[in-house]
Amino acid sequence: MKPSFRILPALLAIALGGVVALPALAQDPLRITITDGVIDPMPFAAPTFIDEGGAGDLARNLSRVVASDLAGTGLFREIPEDAHISRIGSFDGGVAFDDWRAVNARVLVTGAVSASGGRVTVKFRAYDVVNGSVIEGAALQFAGTADGWRRMAHKVADVVYSKITGEGGYFDSRVVFVSESGPKNARAKRLAVMDYDGANVQYLTDSAAIVLAPRFSPAGDRILYTSYETGFPRITLMDVGSLKRQTLGEQPGTMTFAPRFSPDGRTVVFSLERGGNTDIYAMDVGGGSLRQLTNAPSIETAPSFSPDGSQIVFESDRSGAPQIYIMPASGGEGRRISGGEGRYGTPVWSPRGDLIAFTKQNKGRFHIGVMRTDGSEERLLTASFLDEGPTWAPNGRVIMFTRETSGGGGQAGLWSVDISGRNLKQIPTGGPASDPAWSPLLP
Amino acid sequence: MTLFPKALLLLAALTLAACQNPNRYGAGGAGGADGAGGAGGGYVDTTGLGDPNDPRSIAYFNQTVGDRVLFAVDQSTLSPEARTVLTGQASWLNQNPAYAIIIEGHADEQGTREYNLALGARRAAAVQQFLISQGVAGNRMKTISYGKERPIEVCSEESCYSRNRRAVTVLSAGMGV
Repeated sequence: MKPSFRILPALLAIALGGVVALPALAQDPLRITITDGVIDPMPFAAPTFIDEGGAGDLARNLSRVVASDLAGTGLFREIPEDAHISRIGSFDGGVAFDDWRAVNARVLVTGAVSASGGRVTVKFRAYDVVNGSVIEGAALQFAGTADGWRRMAHKVADVVYSKITGEGGYFDSRVVFVSESGPKNARAKRLAVMDYDGANVQYLTDSAAIVLAPRFSPAGDRILYTSYETGFPRITLMDVGSLKRQTLGEQPGTMTFAPRFSPDGRTVVFSLERGGNTDIYAMDVGGGSLRQLTNAPSIETAPSFSPDGSQIVFESDRSGAPQIYIMPASGGEGRRISGGEGRYGTPVWSPRGDLIAFTKQNKGRFHIGVMRTDGSEERLLTASFLDEGPTWAPNGRVIMFTRETSGGGGQAGLWSVDISGRNLKQIPTGGPASDPAWSPLLP
Repeated sequence: MTLFPKALLLLAALTLAACQNPNRYGAGGAGGADGAGGAGGGYVDTTGLGDPNDPRSIAYFNQTVGDRVLFAVDQSTLSPEARTVLTGQASWLNQNPAYAIIIEGHADEQGTREYNLALGARRAAAVQQFLISQGVAGNRMKTISYGKERPIEVCSEESCYSRNRRAVTVLSAGMGV
């Protein structure tokens, strides 16, 4: 795991160094140092945005969400407002950089909010405090509806994060998951969506039938999941806007599950069980005939497309225990890529194409890990009684997954972790939750 | 004269529903507060199973013949004990041909959700194939897998896991009884 810790600071240094070339950097390279594999987070200040008319609480709420997004990455550390010795009196007034340097802020985010008739406008600037200048590209304006104010905050934070790290953003995204209630032997499950940080939970189904493992379409407008609504497990397609749902690929006498969209959103790849044997099939989302992609007496499940749509990574126990394989999108034998000790499952291809996230079970513990697409450089990011079902943030830097505690009172929750293994934390979902699936970055 | 056929129709409709939807766990278990969760039955609806002393009742099948068989970790092969139970099931089912049969496959919590769904299906199919080999008509049986979604024991130890790795033969009066 050690080499991975060096990736991020290097990227940060390059990205910020490229944006703001300054003498101060030479003597103090961004205050990010690696000590025993731990990065010193970059200190930033986000004073309450200026109310430029009608904003009220929105000004403060917006700046709080921006700060929470940045600090939540573990790459940034907020200088709390009560430690500030300078105030931002107006958005276009001067910035007393010496005062922000004095409180050790490396980045300063200022903003202004105005609202009228249900419309909100947010403008912001992110400064490199040491250099005393606006970070290139980090001065923008967003407008939207008042009830979408959190999205505007996420967009502001995405820009700041993106300009400083050189990575794509991921805050303006949603997560579909399974909300759980009730005792372990009679768990009630319903589909829900939330903002990536656990806010704005909305329920998409009631708990009349077991629902499992939802997945967003590449455009975020549809969800595939497994439902027992008909009495038997069936893959189901839901339109997020209308909540209309339909069963796909109904084949009497079979069970269908583990669906996932192709990158173009037109094909669903899934598992179909017939007579006790599970193989992987594909089907047009709009209907049509099934195409069988694997044909083996073993269990083949958990398929996931490569971002270019040309390959499928999946799980099979043909070797005697579950392992990870990659085959062409048209089907075939596949080549095994997992080679370590233990059992591997639920492979998910990174949106960047470079890594496969997976669940590993070894010696009575579960792990979320990543490996290259040739199976090399396997790294385990987590360990617990039960971790499973990774999903990628839109930028391929963060993984969310299910962690369940043991015993009769065991409960599932959603957790996230960087691909470096840092910043492991639980997402506040307001109740037990499982099977997260991240949306793409919202438009 | 007018009421009676209506009632019959309703009964037929209910019976049909019971046959087609094998979910005996109620509304996802949400109604579990009825406290029916004793004796390893989870929150399964146990009404309408008949008198356990009546050798033709579902209750008798469940309790005396034995409605379930257990499996080793990751396995779907039938142990000698399981074969003995299933031989008894087949014999009883052949003598009571009116019952419809759903075979549920289950897994313990060690394992991913998808894999356990597939594993539960394997177990249900193993039981179905054995019963067919003992003369039970294939068209009386359906299989379903619950994976690790419906454990009957909730501890995280082998003593519970071994009881959760099971296939349960669930009967309903779905064939005109």
